[in-house]
Amino acid sequence: MRTVTLEGRGDFEEWRLAARALLAAGVEPGAVDWRIRDGEGGLFAETSPELPADPQGPLTVPRAFVDLAGSVICHSDPRRFGLLYRLLWRLQENRTLISNAGDADVAVTRLMEKSVRRDSHKMKAFLRFKEAEPATDGRRRFVAWFEPDHFIVARTAPFFQRRFTDMDWLILTPKGTAAWDGKALTVTDTAAKRPDLDDQTDDLWRTYFRNIFNPARLKVKAMQSEMPKKYWKNLPEAELIPELIASAEARMQGMIRAELKPAPVRHERRRLSPAEERAMAEGVFGALSREASGCTRCPLHAHATQTVFGEGPADARLLILGEQPGDTEDLAGRPFVGPAGKVLDAALEKAGLDRRQAYLTNAVKHFKYEPRGKRRIHQRPNSGEIAHCRWWLEREVEAIRPKVILAMGATAVEALTGRADVFSALKGRQVPLGDEAVLVVTVHPSYLLRLPDPEARAREQAGFEAMVALAGRLSAGERDALSPTGGAGQSAEPWQDR
Amino acid sequence: MKKSLRERLAILSDAAKYDASCASSGTSKRHSGQSGGLGSTEGSGICHAYAPDGRCISLLKILMTNFCIYDCAYCINRSSSNVERARFSVEEIVWLTTEFYRRNYIEGLFLSSGIIRNSDYTMEEMVRVARTLREEHRFRGYIHLKTIPEASPELIEQAGLYADRLSINIELPTDTGLTQLAPEKQPDRIRRSMGELRLKMQEMAEPTLVKKRVRTFVPAGQSTQMIVGADGASDATILSSSARLYSSYELKRVYYSAFSPIPEASRVLPLVKPPLVREHRLYQADWLYRFYGFDIGEITSGLKDGMLDLDLDPKLAWALANRDRFPVDVNRADKAMLLRVPGFGTKTVKAIVQSRKAGGIRLEHLVRLGVSLRKVKPFVTTLDWSPVRLLDRSDLRAMFAPQPEQLSLF
Repeated sequence: MRTVTLEGRGDFEEWRLAARALLAAGVEPGAVDWRIRDGEGGLFAETSPELPADPQGPLTVPRAFVDLAGSVICHSDPRRFGLLYRLLWRLQENRTLISNAGDADVAVTRLMEKSVRRDSHKMKAFLRFKEAEPATDGRRRFVAWFEPDHFIVARTAPFFQRRFTDMDWLILTPKGTAAWDGKALTVTDTAAKRPDLDDQTDDLWRTYFRNIFNPARLKVKAMQSEMPKKYWKNLPEAELIPELIASAEARMQGMIRAELKPAPVRHERRRLSPAEERAMAEGVFGALSREASGCTRCPLHAHATQTVFGEGPADARLLILGEQPGDTEDLAGRPFVGPAGKVLDAALEKAGLDRRQAYLTNAVKHFKYEPRGKRRIHQRPNSGEIAHCRWWLEREVEAIRPKVILAMGATAVEALTGRADVFSALKGRQVPLGDEAVLVVTVHPSYLLRLPDPEARAREQAGFEAMVALAGRLSAGERDALSPTGGAGQSAEPWQDR
Repeated sequence: MKKSLRERLAILSDAAKYDASCASSGTSKRHSGQSGGLGSTEGSGICHAYAPDGRCISLLKILMTNFCIYDCAYCINRSSSNVERARFSVEEIVWLTTEFYRRNYIEGLFLSSGIIRNSDYTMEEMVRVARTLREEHRFRGYIHLKTIPEASPELIEQAGLYADRLSINIELPTDTGLTQLAPEKQPDRIRRSMGELRLKMQEMAEPTLVKKRVRTFVPAGQSTQMIVGADGASDATILSSSARLYSSYELKRVYYSAFSPIPEASRVLPLVKPPLVREHRLYQADWLYRFYGFDIGEITSGLKDGMLDLDLDPKLAWALANRDRFPVDVNRADKAMLLRVPGFGTKTVKAIVQSRKAGGIRLEHLVRLGVSLRKVKPFVTTLDWSPVRLLDRSDLRAMFAPQPEQLSLF
């Protein structure tokens, strides 16, 4: 049996050197007696002299073990040295040992690691600085007293350095000290004595603690599991706890039973919300779009962010009609500003058309979707929703009286015709709509984005662009422009005679 | 006579306690070594104290003022309430924040406010607090600002450049509920604010030709709060509202706040002990949606009156209602199914997937991973355990439900 005596105050280096030497000498874990020097005790020379002081042989361990051991060495359990040495020993045979949390040695070590981490976390949380006399150079000085379970002062001190750069501070504990003077961080493992300090600001903090507590929600166990009583003696606010608990029930009953007094005069004088409704759209649509913004004709309104009304000049000759706003449109409150809008913009630009000259809108004015985690999945509006929303579309068409309506996708066509089954017959064609307008039918730009086959996509894209261009020419007054499909569909409202 | 700072702190922290959020986590890492000033944030938040209500105290949570021109029934600060009123100056809030911070009481500031004069004036004062902290005091701690409904987009943008988190409360799970209890608040306005903020965050995160470097903008994202139990909404309604909020606005958190009696309470509200267990179950269901791959529909289908079981956590309730999906073979099942086992958390599942590579899992391994065998045994098979008969027992629910409590005798 070999005896190794260590200081055991959180210094990883002393253990590392000893363990390295033992391993190099092939000493089995069961043959080492790890001891902690107590007070006067012997000298470091107690480490068996026959061990090489610093073996040069290659000794590599996984990074995960170094991190784990560095943390566990700070634990106050005297078994930690032997346990770590056994892990080190077993690692030589099994390099992935550390990742097996089901192994008994690993499990115990992980528990110790967790305990050290928790202790360090509680030090960050529950340590309280009290202000002391300023330093000679005028910097403010603060002193804290804390009682950790483990030897964590050196591990945790850099946190306080990063946090409190512009003040001098000193942390005293029975397991070591740390100090910062604006230039250097000094840590020791010397035991300190509890200082006698008083800070006026603690009073304000207690005022805060007392008032942020809600007596109607008393949950003492929840408090104590996170803030165990052992910490209370060093927390200025903790002295209030017994009284707050004792009076909670009465305070809550008081609130429930209290007589309601008449409202103060101030309440009667108050103005209503001063931020008046701002018209979202320009020109003649102000009133209409304001009205639509409060639309509750169908249930979609409660799920979407807002009504996305049409946008464009009141005298537009071309009205472009889509299906419904998408994710981006719903957030921005404007039509065609998402990915499908980019496809449309590109087609408009290619055709030499100015988006600002056209009136853009959707058959359904609210976004319909299913929530899926952090995303929203687009859902097609049903016939009922399309029918409810047609009321708004009719108002828009009435007010603008466009020469051409470019209907993109089946929903747009259904909204205009009232029929769900005519889109494929009309796709790629122009047909008269009433006496004044022409309807041009094409696919919805988002359909192009979803086509996986590049060939089909190129074909549909060309058709889409051709119909956008056609709608542009027609709206510019080229009444005789031919549709790409050879001018078919000139009969009046062909869907009515099917 | 003007009230002292201490008196006003009492009033304005009392007025702020009904906001559940106190999180200081999930923001960018930074520290005062970089600024020469004060403060740091290192990813995970720190709770510096716990009040006897079990709630973490991480931030100095106060109102700038509790004067308010709105009259929301559930709010202690509504204009018709006789609660004492007070106001802090910008400088006082800055002083309190930095002095509290220096003593390590807090991680930072959560500033909200009643609405005085108008939305923009109020928001501007709040932005001034954040700017003073950041620029004059080189403060690198956490700042959470409550967005004032209808404040101008320019102010929201400035607020986002100084604050770690912005939030605006949806308050009630349905539009009808909000219109009834908070006549001046408009649900669509609140949603629009959240939508605008999400777009702004996206915009700021994208480098453009003009600005190659992206600017840090609300690094801890946005959150909101719903009051539970003030109106008649069921848990199913509440949870589907949350799912919509998470999917629409990339919210980091939806907080549920059990409605609790307030001083000077309005008589349109149920003045009873707050439904704390219900609040807890809602949080659990919310977690299942966000971290465990459950759909809200799965959690809420088959609920009686759309209400979660108060006796069982929603994951266990789901498992008992879907026994055909069990037992799950711990050694073979994929991650998604392991996550559905009552008693396995995300960390446990990760550890199981890791350590089963080293060999077959037995019950003793689960114990070492910190798993409660009592809870998982009916739902799993391991090398040395198979629960077939246990899973078929008709009294399985009773094995988990709490013992009936004896009524208090007085």
